[in-house]
Amino acid sequence: MDILFKVLIDPFLQMGAMPDLFVQTIWDGFVTGVLYALIALGFVLIFKASGVFNFAQGIMVVFAGLTLVGLYEMGLPAPLALLVTLGVMFVLALAIERVVLRPLVNQPDIILFMATFGITYFLIGLGELIFGGNPKQMITDQLFLPRGAIEVKMLGGFVQFQKIDIAAAVIAVVMIVALAVFFQKTRIGRALRAVADSHKAALSVGISLNQIWVIVWFTAGIVALVTGIMWGARSDVSFGLQVIALKALPVLILGGFTSVPGAIVGGLIIGIGEKLGEFYWGPLVGGGIESWLAYCIALGFLLFRPQGLFGDKIIERI
Amino acid sequence: MFYRETGQFKTNYADDMAVFPILQDRIGIGLILAVAFVLIPLTGSNFLLSSVMIPFLVFSLASIGLNILTGYTGLISLGTGAFMGVGAYACYKLTTLFPEVNIVVWIVMSGFVSALVGVLFGLPSLRIKGFYLAVATLAAQFFLQWCFTRIPWLYNYNTSGAIEVGQRTLFGIDVTGAKASLEARYMVLLTLVTVLTWVASNLMHGRIGRSFMAVRDMDIAAELMGIDLLKTKLLAFAVSSYYAGVAGAAMMFLWYGGGEANDAFNINQSFLILFMVIIGGLGSLIGSFFGAAFISMLPTVLKFGLPALGIPLAGATAEHLTYILVGALIIFFLIVEPHGLARLWQIGKQKLRMWPFPY
Repeated sequence: MDILFKVLIDPFLQMGAMPDLFVQTIWDGFVTGVLYALIALGFVLIFKASGVFNFAQGIMVVFAGLTLVGLYEMGLPAPLALLVTLGVMFVLALAIERVVLRPLVNQPDIILFMATFGITYFLIGLGELIFGGNPKQMITDQLFLPRGAIEVKMLGGFVQFQKIDIAAAVIAVVMIVALAVFFQKTRIGRALRAVADSHKAALSVGISLNQIWVIVWFTAGIVALVTGIMWGARSDVSFGLQVIALKALPVLILGGFTSVPGAIVGGLIIGIGEKLGEFYWGPLVGGGIESWLAYCIALGFLLFRPQGLFGDKIIERI
Repeated sequence: MFYRETGQFKTNYADDMAVFPILQDRIGIGLILAVAFVLIPLTGSNFLLSSVMIPFLVFSLASIGLNILTGYTGLISLGTGAFMGVGAYACYKLTTLFPEVNIVVWIVMSGFVSALVGVLFGLPSLRIKGFYLAVATLAAQFFLQWCFTRIPWLYNYNTSGAIEVGQRTLFGIDVTGAKASLEARYMVLLTLVTVLTWVASNLMHGRIGRSFMAVRDMDIAAELMGIDLLKTKLLAFAVSSYYAGVAGAAMMFLWYGGGEANDAFNINQSFLILFMVIIGGLGSLIGSFFGAAFISMLPTVLKFGLPALGIPLAGATAEHLTYILVGALIIFFLIVEPHGLARLWQIGKQKLRMWPFPY
């Protein structure tokens, strides 16, 4: 009975006893969730357009952040460094399309998945070779990102909001809206959606798949850069960050591989669920459950919806 | 010239279905086994045994396991490292609880514990497919890895939190522990790999293997043909985890001689073994060996080969270049032959049969 009480009732009593702490945990989870959602967004963009499960998204985040900081340290002013980094991501997208995707067109999914693994290794080596393996400080001030925290008095206590977290949430929302407009309203966006619907039909109306792939990998590169800046500002820029890609995977299966809203909702569910679980239930089993809790949440959802919350319904034909 | 099947007639069905239908193949496999069992232990240097052959054998066992799941049954798993860990810890617990039973028996038995855990984590495969399943198996990886460090009972409350390999003997010769000779460990490992490969080959050529392949090619069609998906998929997970478990136990007891789980059985290990399977060739036992040889020897070759070629490398730069090279090589191999090294081997054999004519 004691264990049941500890698992089922006690955590909720704790939440009720200290509502300010509860809000703080939710906020932390929310911000983490937003960042997970951003990484997942990069995955979804690429998966929809080219059917590639892009494991390299995590390392792209690190690589983009590292390039930005590295260029700044080499003496470029921050805005210029940002522009050059965008250029680097574009060249990367071009190179990936030309060297990896084009020769591997029409191969089974798992082969393409493995190829993105090769890209991961390559980028790790390249990044470390050029910029060194040491963690770097993100240039928050130079990019006009706020620092410090706001303390709000509520529910009988203080809740701390880091300004950078608020900025991250705002920027994420702006970017998602921008992407939505881009997808819905522009010519290229329509072409992207057409490709996502059916490669063959898109080809037959004269959309160049190769071009679309470059664009979509570049878009994912931009998303990676933004994520890299945000995540780098919260901790620092190092290759340790690539493990966050593994954190984004449960977000993906929860939301569905093909759904942008799914990535966002999934990210928030995983981020908040993870923090709450770690904070209130983690101590019962000795802590550190953050590493697998997200997967278990996602797995639980999957048993009821095998295609994720918002994924396309899987239709099987014989 | 000498690789022809001319004049070798098959007079019954058993001959026709043989794993090695051509006489030259049988001679070849005999030669390879003779070299592996006699020549290498007698003449091989310590370096060859410890950093080439033993890792190669351990990894080939693990990649046979994953190949049965991914290559033959079509279920992608990213939890192989964790299943190897289960084998290692099971073996450790069993041999400390019953030290009088021979260690080789426990290495073989610990695979069954791993198989049981594998079946448990294979359950979602009934509802989830493809990459969704791959990500779901990551749950096994992270959960089991967490167990290895957080449950002290598993490592016998050691202060180091690691597996400590004691001294065990087979026929009066040390096979594990600090005093065991490399040759003894190599021979035990080689025997294990040979026997288990033979078992896997027979499994895959028989009814079970065929039902696996039917599920891989199209599971709904397989179900309509009367193959029980539940049983088949779980059996695939069980067999695969069994091999992974034995590989993990062998890795800890015959190769590392003790160590910490988070280093040996982490997510990178799982990915590495998936590489081996894909580079070697999905759905091919010989491919598992090729892949294991390629991936396990690549770092060694790069480390000692590049300086020998006159490219001086030192410290960190060498490591970074190795990363770049490994990444580039993976992409290169996937582009050149997406069906893996096993396919290249087949093409080579075919060419040899025709030689010197083009067709």
